[in-house]
Amino acid sequence: MLPGTILYILLIYILPIGIIAKLGASVANKAAAQLLNFPMWVSVIIHLGLLYATLHIWSDINAYRVLILRLTLVAIMLTVSLNVINGYMGEFSCSHPGFMALGAYVTSVFTVFLFVDDKVFGDALLQPTLGPFLFPIALIFGGIVAALGALIVAIPSFRTRGDYLAIISLAFTFIVKSLIENLEFVGGPRGLGSQPDWANLPTVFIWTILCIWIINNFVRSTLGKALNAVRDDEMAANAMTVNTRNTKMTAFLFSAFWAGVAGGLFAHVLRYVNPGTFSLQKLAEVLAMVYFGGLNSVIGSMVGAVGFNLLSEALRPLEIYKWIIIPVMLILVMIFRPTGLIAFKELDIKSIIKPKQKDEKVEIEHAVASR
Amino acid sequence: MTLTAFLQNVINALQWGSFYALIALGYSMVYGILLLFNFAHGDIFMVGAYIGFFVASGLLLLVASLGIVGLPSWVVLVVTIILAMFITSFVGMAVERIGYRPLRGAPRASAAITGLMIGIILETGNLALLGARRLSFPALIETTTYNIGGVSITNKKIMIVAVSLLLMFALHQFIQRTKWGMAMRATAYDFTVVPLMGVPLNTVAALTFGIGSALAAAAGILFGVAYPVLDPYMGILIGWKAFVAAILGGRGSIFGAALAGFLLGFIEIFVATIFPSTLRDLIAYSIILLILTFRPHGFFGEAHTARLRL
Repeated sequence: MLPGTILYILLIYILPIGIIAKLGASVANKAAAQLLNFPMWVSVIIHLGLLYATLHIWSDINAYRVLILRLTLVAIMLTVSLNVINGYMGEFSCSHPGFMALGAYVTSVFTVFLFVDDKVFGDALLQPTLGPFLFPIALIFGGIVAALGALIVAIPSFRTRGDYLAIISLAFTFIVKSLIENLEFVGGPRGLGSQPDWANLPTVFIWTILCIWIINNFVRSTLGKALNAVRDDEMAANAMTVNTRNTKMTAFLFSAFWAGVAGGLFAHVLRYVNPGTFSLQKLAEVLAMVYFGGLNSVIGSMVGAVGFNLLSEALRPLEIYKWIIIPVMLILVMIFRPTGLIAFKELDIKSIIKPKQKDEKVEIEHAVASR
Repeated sequence: MTLTAFLQNVINALQWGSFYALIALGYSMVYGILLLFNFAHGDIFMVGAYIGFFVASGLLLLVASLGIVGLPSWVVLVVTIILAMFITSFVGMAVERIGYRPLRGAPRASAAITGLMIGIILETGNLALLGARRLSFPALIETTTYNIGGVSITNKKIMIVAVSLLLMFALHQFIQRTKWGMAMRATAYDFTVVPLMGVPLNTVAALTFGIGSALAAAAGILFGVAYPVLDPYMGILIGWKAFVAAILGGRGSIFGAALAGFLLGFIEIFVATIFPSTLRDLIAYSIILLILTFRPHGFFGEAHTARLRL
């Protein structure tokens, strides 16, 4: 089955993409060089627009592709946000499923309560037309609740250095799961359904871009650098006037916020959540994506999340053996690149949007000079 | 709660505490010596239970085919436990060789991930080899129920608690009295300098994984005796809970891990009796969160300010 799978991917995806890329390269480079004449945000927006158009056209074929794409985007948000803790801060946190669950449930309760005629929550309080405008508020609300939950983890665990975050965050995941299972008004173990269908592809795409953008700015800010300093040597960082405790707290709550938002989107993508989703399996999955992609790198996390999801879709024909091949690949990655595929590398927007070929360097310089 | 109900629960808690404690010891030893989390440990518990199943079935077949009559039933159990512990210790050493030794010097979290992945491979490999059907552990000893003042105790429960205490005692003696035990203690004290003094770090690490896995196998067989249904995912939850117990006991503290294992058993059982049982995890882990808030290094852990090696 494996050769067939590889052949399929090679013929359907890699070969045509390669040919088109080869043929279109010079035109694209010229266009990119032209774009340098404009302010950077214009170029970025055009690039994002093209990316979105590609994804939209690709996924428009069937509903399954849309679903997979949206889940992958949510996975990117989760991975990037976990990388803030496990990569940039250098701690080992196991509480992302817990934050995600908090975000998912709070957002779902918010939307179901206000906009859906539901058996438990009664009739809709507001017009459904208002919904898409209030959806961001619901997501942010979910994120804030997740961040408040993170406070419970952060207060005891950042008093000392060491591995206590790992254990406290793990206990937190158990607690959140158990709490939701016992809350009868959100359905308990049966889960909560009938969320409105607002997490469509553009929404998830925009939120993912927003998340990547903000987290990328965060880790390159003074606070992000302080975070790296705390990771490398807490005592030295302290001596250099870094308020280590506050730095760690802020980063942790920030990361939890985005995990909550991702959870809210996740709930609205699937339009059903149950506590069993946010279990140890989810934890293993998120951790695998972070360490596969690379620590301390936003772009690495994106690669990790996309790679992991692509791999798990591409290897679907192998059925059960998929879960032998993926772990083996991850172990190999860990052995040969212990910090992940693309670790300690910044996401540099400028190098992404600028033309790639060397022989056009003169032209670029010309373009830059003419500005 | 009446006294009899209380004592009844104490016995149940001791039984569950034995499982947690035996598994937690493996986590605690690896963590104490190499400062690594062995996330494959819960699945080694599962593998141990399966190896125990095959050894026990094989032994029962052997006994039947040789026509031995009148063999006391505990003989098969003891031989099963010893053989399965021996075989599973090699599984543990293999995990160390594949997942941990190549990563020495790498970030510790990476080794945790390889452990997690080896755990998934063990689960899936088991599922692929044996199929999704659940196996039922052969009944090695017959259940006898003693009734002491209204408290019913089965011989299995006594056996489980006794065997686990015996194993813990043996481990303690090994670590305190033998040369290899001394090597392990020394490595736990400082694993950068001690290898320079001629202590073979790799052998000590393999030994640690081996002993930890053997204890997990014993826990697996005892679990199989008490709850004779085996499935490939049985190790996940119990493994993570034992991990909590290991940390609760304090870094690398054998006594602490055992004590915390029993404590976890007690908390879980008593929370389930006093409150609705669905609240068990919620309250049990809230208590643990509180304990760690006030004693962040666990019961017997030392405050170590060593920076995390990333």
